Amino acid sequence: MRFPGSVALLALVAACATAQGDPRDPFEGFNRGVYKFNETVDAAIAKPVATAYRNLLHEEIRSRVRNFFSNIADLFIGVNNLLQGKLQDGAEDWARFAFNSTFGLLGIHDVASDMGIEKHNEDFGQTLGRWGVADGPYLVLPILGSSTLRDSVGTAADIYTDPVGDFRPIRLRNSAVALRLVNARADLLDASRILEEAALDKYVFQRDAYLQRRRSLIYDGHPPREEQPSDEPPTPEERRSEAPVNVAPAADVNDDLRRVPKPTHP
Amino acid sequence: MRTIARALLCLFAAFLLGSAHGQEAMPDALVKNVTLEVVELIAKDKEIRGNRNKLIELIDEKVLPHFNFTGMTALAMGQSWNKANAEQKKRLTEEFKILLVRTYASALAAFSEQKFEFRPLRAKPTDTDVTVNVRVLQPGAQAVPIDYSMEKTAAGWKVYDVMVGGVSLVANYRTEFNNTVRDSGIEGLIKILSAKNRTLEAAGGAQQK
Repeated sequence: MRFPGSVALLALVAACATAQGDPRDPFEGFNRGVYKFNETVDAAIAKPVATAYRNLLHEEIRSRVRNFFSNIADLFIGVNNLLQGKLQDGAEDWARFAFNSTFGLLGIHDVASDMGIEKHNEDFGQTLGRWGVADGPYLVLPILGSSTLRDSVGTAADIYTDPVGDFRPIRLRNSAVALRLVNARADLLDASRILEEAALDKYVFQRDAYLQRRRSLIYDGHPPREEQPSDEPPTPEERRSEAPVNVAPAADVNDDLRRVPKPTHP
Repeated sequence: MRTIARALLCLFAAFLLGSAHGQEAMPDALVKNVTLEVVELIAKDKEIRGNRNKLIELIDEKVLPHFNFTGMTALAMGQSWNKANAEQKKRLTEEFKILLVRTYASALAAFSEQKFEFRPLRAKPTDTDVTVNVRVLQPGAQAVPIDYSMEKTAAGWKVYDVMVGGVSLVANYRTEFNNTVRDSGIEGLIKILSAKNRTLEAAGGAQQK
């Protein structure tokens, strides 16, 4: 991937400023550079556009936009559930798609939820995690934000299979992609302000929340019980002995400071 | 980032734990009663939504008694907690409490009406450490689970952690706190927390209409 030279320079400066890194985030200096770049783009373009969008359009309309794209996404949420062996969840996702696309008028009404068929949250990154692929190092992607090496591969697959990418003509596709982005950012306006208030160091707060969140999602909200929080976190040396990316048992999929890793290679 | 931010948006529900009608109330009933009570109060009183100070008052009165802030601060500090002396622990807890309450107030102010679903508690009557599950239903997206970790104390059930969308609030501060303590000590962390609180206070005052 290429980044503008200025971003690379920023990353270099940030790298020098990093005193002692988090073992989950070996590229922290570089990531902070990309993070800063993303913040700049967000403040200059995404946030003002999303704010205008929210002020101009009533929630009623925005929720239809949200539902429309959410419905399209259900197709591959279903695929991911099937790939993870969750047949019933997958069947529910496709039932949602069937009902919402027809009775829900191309998805703008979420009639399936009213019928009690719940929406799921899946993507290829979670599927890889379920298969036992470890997080790998934390990464901040340009524009896309928080990720890990594994989730970046997942995101590439998500984008590749994205049905909206098949919209034609190209102009329609581009408008749809832009609308989806703006709608998503508008939904996050309050949340991003809260993040601003809650965090001492936004970068760290967001990173840790992302890693916790992904771990929870991979296990569908029921990650394996962790060790007592009072346990001493492992030393960096102990943690480095774990290969960052490899096929590991599912229980080792994600790291948390609270967990004391068992040696995988005795 | 999207999911994280959405999860954060729901942090507000952490306050929706208010005054109990009796100390003997089961933790799930406590969460439900207080959540509904506070939601109703906010829905009825438009002034609360626009006035940060009134919101904080409401939280102070209804919600704070049910949180074990010393326990939360100790958990968030992790191994650094024992480096602090008794007086520092007290100041840390006070500053962390102010930060959390401000954050919640801001989230609450921004949050429009949402539907809550209360899950029955799966625990034995003899349990002293339970997790109460609440879900926030939102159109076009997966429901956000809010899990309250609660422990039974002499003064009734107290919340010592809140997990929103699988993100533990307490654990999420641990890295920040430990980094700060490593770089500038316990006093440094207290200084940073109180500076943050003062900044928010100033900004909050300016925002009020």
